[in-house]
Amino acid sequence: MDLVKRMLAGDQRALARLISHVERNSREVPAIMQCVYPALGAGYCVGITGPPGAGKSTVTDKLTACARQQGKTVGIVAVDPSSPFSGGAVLGDRIRMQQHYLDAGVFIRSMATRGSHGGLPQTAKGVVKLLEAFGKELILVETVGVGQTELDIVETADTTVVILVPEAGDTIQAMKAGLMEIADIFVINKADRDGAERMLTELRLLMHLHPKYDWWEVPVLATQAHKDIGITELSEAIATHRRTLEAAGQLQMRRRAHRRKELLELLQHRLLQDLLAQLEQHDTLQELVEQVQDAIVDPYTAAQRILAVKKGDADGTY
Amino acid sequence: MATERKIRVLLAKPGLDGHDRGIKVLALALRDAGIEVIYTGLRQMPEQIVAAAIQEDVDVVGLSCLSGAHNYLFPRVVELLREQGAHDILVIGGGIIPDSDIPELKAKGTQEIFGPGSSTADIVRYIKEHAPRKS
Repeated sequence: MDLVKRMLAGDQRALARLISHVERNSREVPAIMQCVYPALGAGYCVGITGPPGAGKSTVTDKLTACARQQGKTVGIVAVDPSSPFSGGAVLGDRIRMQQHYLDAGVFIRSMATRGSHGGLPQTAKGVVKLLEAFGKELILVETVGVGQTELDIVETADTTVVILVPEAGDTIQAMKAGLMEIADIFVINKADRDGAERMLTELRLLMHLHPKYDWWEVPVLATQAHKDIGITELSEAIATHRRTLEAAGQLQMRRRAHRRKELLELLQHRLLQDLLAQLEQHDTLQELVEQVQDAIVDPYTAAQRILAVKKGDADGTY
Repeated sequence: MATERKIRVLLAKPGLDGHDRGIKVLALALRDAGIEVIYTGLRQMPEQIVAAAIQEDVDVVGLSCLSGAHNYLFPRVVELLREQGAHDILVIGGGIIPDSDIPELKAKGTQEIFGPGSSTADIVRYIKEHAPRKS
């Protein structure tokens, strides 16, 4: 594919165009991803997540500056929510990263969730792959401001950083499932605020008393990102996590799990599209759908019959 | 299965304007019209605006200038976009633009100007009618 060739040769506009293809799931996507696949493998993906207003974009901006000082190139995917009313969005993360606009070593792409509910658009994985193929060594993915259950980021990131603010609550909050479980590193940003010290102590105690892994104790760091305080330590913690993951064989395991999930999602999507297309062409099945809608047949019976027909078609016995 | 195409608009404040209330109002109107809006922030150089427009693969760049430097800044953004091969990005402008400056701005590539008193509904309509359909 010409566009892919140009991207692999370093053309930013080609990269941006390819990202747009992936973003809207165009017909060219399978061919694009097939072309791009061999160029993957050298990037490292860090997820930055946390509630709205915690400072994710500022931390992303500062980590990027840190990485650039180390000579690394950076790709950033910054996500904001799509309106459930209009489908539009205000993508306001990039505005916090202005120092990098003219740095050719940094590529920033803003994305809207476009209907996904897990904190990332469904197409984010593909965009991360494009950035990796383009040659970005570090890829930062900033999710929307999440609550307790939007956890898509763990399926894409190698290291997940959860950013909290001191007002985020007490130990009971920290014990709740969901967001508090996915952190490889916790950051308490705006740490000059009241409650930061206490939260730091309580969270560290919890991580120590109830470790998630036997090969990694989740560190809890304090930062004031807009003042550049704590950023170097965060960067080092990410590097340490990466080394630990690699040494324990966990990076391979995580990536294997990601790839399997991706395949299953793709299959699920394709199979459903196929089935829906078949339903439309098959008169008897269409009738069955109508009967379910009219409450003449229950959906369980209908599903069994539809799948039996589909299987029958496949076996050639229908 | 392809999803419905979204229009992506970059809103930018080139030059030294001190406030951005107007462009923020426009951003909300575009959002409510189903458009994905990227706002780059105040005090942008044309180079920064163009870099962002390319990376974000936007359909439209909307420039706002209140401090009078539009005759240099708007054509400069158009020029830089064309240098980067982005001829297909629609450039429109607004802010405090004297009527007498509009013909030259248009001749130099800013396709439409929406001065003070423009309705956001008109801007939305214009964008929806004129944003390029990319392949």
